[in-house]
Amino acid sequence: MNTRGLRSQLKDSVPVAGLCPQGSYGIQDSLRSGFTSVKNELLPSHPLELSEKNFVLNQDKMNFSTLRNIQGLHAPLKLQMEYRAARQIQRLPFLQSSNLALDTLRGSDDTIGFEDILSDPAQSETMGEPHMMVEYKLGLL
Amino acid sequence: NMPPGIPPRCFCELMVHFQPFMILGADTRATDDMVVADKNCRKIHHIAPRIYCCGAGVAADAEIATQMMASNVELHTLNTGRPPLVAMVTRQLKQMLFRYQGHMGSSVIVGGVDVTGAHLYSVYPHGSYDKLPFLTMGSGAAAAVSVFEDRFKANMELDEAKRLVRDAITAGIFCDLGSGSNVDLCVITAAGAEYLRGYDRPAGKGKREGQYRYKPGTTPVLTKTQTPLSLDVVYETVQMMDTE
Repeated sequence: MNTRGLRSQLKDSVPVAGLCPQGSYGIQDSLRSGFTSVKNELLPSHPLELSEKNFVLNQDKMNFSTLRNIQGLHAPLKLQMEYRAARQIQRLPFLQSSNLALDTLRGSDDTIGFEDILSDPAQSETMGEPHMMVEYKLGLL
Repeated sequence: NMPPGIPPRCFCELMVHFQPFMILGADTRATDDMVVADKNCRKIHHIAPRIYCCGAGVAADAEIATQMMASNVELHTLNTGRPPLVAMVTRQLKQMLFRYQGHMGSSVIVGGVDVTGAHLYSVYPHGSYDKLPFLTMGSGAAAAVSVFEDRFKANMELDEAKRLVRDAITAGIFCDLGSGSNVDLCVITAAGAEYLRGYDRPAGKGKREGQYRYKPGTTPVLTKTQTPLSLDVVYETVQMMDTE
């Protein structure tokens, strides 16, 4: 495995634990975000964490560069424009979108992976407060 | 079928009368280090009507990998309108296992009959694969492959092949601590698949030779007190143990 390549994907600006806690009122929200640990924010907790987080991105990059080499610059540009357009179609902020257009473009609508079985957003236990989220999105809050 | 003695006139005529078949065999022991966790588990998983696979290694990983394969193969079949190829299953499996860089510890043997004939592939946890006439995997692989190396011939008859696979699995059952219990076979032909669960049970429980009970009165009784307890049966349930 090319770990040097993966290390380059680590964030450039490191969020130091304790300086900018995620909770409200400026303190670390241990209930929601867990305990603080500098190591957890710097290094991946599993050898495959970075590889899996960027898997779709890397696959797309590889496919687009191959397409550019075979068919020229316009083919990947046009596809990326379509991806961007499909990604913009979302529902209201507190509802999970099915991303059907994006799946169809990518060709992942006829494959089943772990992301379809585990952690299904339709069955998540938490949900945002609908009114507040819509007001925040519209800038009324 | 052509009667023996008449030579085939051309290659395509030979293909018409050659019945491809594939036999997969497995033992039924699942271990947790040195403890037998399940003495009658199913290791041969269904992927498509004529493609089955045997999973060795971590049981959960093998189970989930084969279930993903089965789902993807079904979607692919619905998409293309054609029955699946064994090579397709192998390719998807090896791409998935390579993606997880060996952390998904399942070594799988995929075998089946498709439109191009009978094929057998083995896929290792890191994503490499082999295509061979006979393959073994798991802790008992060395014992089983020795039987194959000795007696395998090309173009065997179905019964002879079943006996050979049964003997190979039995060698693994007796010579390897990680394998045991029964032999499961799966015979796949162009007509369909036949899952023979418990085809052979070589390691059965022994029969007790003598009587090990003592006659009443062997131990002398010195004193005896009896206290009757009046009990009523309030609730009775029967729970069957899963011994099959």
